[in-house]
Amino acid sequence: MDSVACRCCDLLQRVPPLPRGGKARCVRCGQLLATRPADPLDAPLALTIAAAIAFAVANATPMLRLSAEGREAQTTLPGGALAMWQAGSELTALAVAFCAVVAPACHLALLLAVLLAVRRPPAPPWVGVAMRWLERVRPWAMTEVLLLGVLVALTKIAQLASVAPGPGLFALLAVVLLVPAIATTFDADLVWRRIAWADARAQVRA
Amino acid sequence: MTAQAGSAAACGLVACGDCALVSRPASAAAAGHCPRCGAALAWRQPRSLQRTWALLVAAAVLYVPANVLPVLVTDTLVSSQSDTIMSGVVLLYTTGSWPLALIVLVASVMIPLGKLAALAYVLVTVQRGSAANARERTRLTRTVEFIGRWSMLDVFVDTFVVALVQLSPLMSVAPGPGVVWFMAVVVLTMLAARSFDPRLIWDAAAAREDRDGRPR
Ligand SMILES: [Zn+2]
Ligand SMILES: [Zn+2]
Repeated sequence: MDSVACRCCDLLQRVPPLPRGGKARCVRCGQLLATRPADPLDAPLALTIAAAIAFAVANATPMLRLSAEGREAQTTLPGGALAMWQAGSELTALAVAFCAVVAPACHLALLLAVLLAVRRPPAPPWVGVAMRWLERVRPWAMTEVLLLGVLVALTKIAQLASVAPGPGLFALLAVVLLVPAIATTFDADLVWRRIAWADARAQVRA
Repeated sequence: MTAQAGSAAACGLVACGDCALVSRPASAAAAGHCPRCGAALAWRQPRSLQRTWALLVAAAVLYVPANVLPVLVTDTLVSSQSDTIMSGVVLLYTTGSWPLALIVLVASVMIPLGKLAALAYVLVTVQRGSAANARERTRLTRTVEFIGRWSMLDVFVDTFVVALVQLSPLMSVAPGPGVVWFMAVVVLTMLAARSFDPRLIWDAAAAREDRDGRPR
């Protein structure tokens, strides 16, 4: 049984062995300390592959289609950021491209790399670096906010012209449903335990 | 630093910010590196209060142009209309979609203001060495971190309206100068929430209880 320190209040505590699907929270501040998903290697891998495919479709196919007075227009996800750039708001375009395309893509790619690499422990130390970047990029991957944004935009434009959702919107919906499922089946502690230590002598002592 | 009894720091232990491994650094002055993942260890996030204040003040300043300047400019054959965040919400409401108006109002107005107020409140209570409501204040910082991203909603809405409504000369929509400031406010408040170390709440509470001589 390892000691853990709560990342919110630093209280040192021991986490009892958890049943499958169990969760442990900090006794002092309520922060989630540990989880034990039933299938922490295969389930998140399968879900991540599905999410990566859905995300590729969401980027490659039209998100929204518009027709007004005999004219048609459509936009994809990267096309949205590009339009913002061309309209002269370059910084906003970069932020949208990062939060809507780059960060979710990096998040899924890093997850895929980590989950494949830890199948055979001990995983090499670069997997630890991937885990670090995974946590850094995650707050900026805003697919669920993006989905709501596209839906609000659709309703706004519907008052001006006739607008229809494209296949990209449904693919984005699939990503939004899959990402929280990955998070609940993923066990970061288990992954870290399967990675070789940077300081091999300390690992022997531990 | 006075650490709360029972905390890792009080036992001379430090948790890795990346892999969460608890280890005992060789020296208290320099925590060194995590033996498992090699990340730099720190007892607390360095200069957490200064950084959070700086980002918070910058966000509060940029909040003004973000709300005063238009975020969307709509040009039709006969007219040109500029919308700020707030007039966009009013427009959504008057054209009959009050649930959407409410969503945008919450995401674009209430969440950024709430974040600024909540972080300022937590920073002030930590600096005054408050011991009260530590659990609630910790929960508040977690909530701020969790919901902060939703403020980006209006930026995505504007992006897709601009991308799609390009039917000039019939009708075209362009981003206004306010949208970049609004995006900056969202990014700065997210960075502010992440640079605040909630363990400082508990350290300050422990220092207060030490001073007051209460058993802990
Ligand atoms: Zn805690
Ligand atoms: Zn570490």
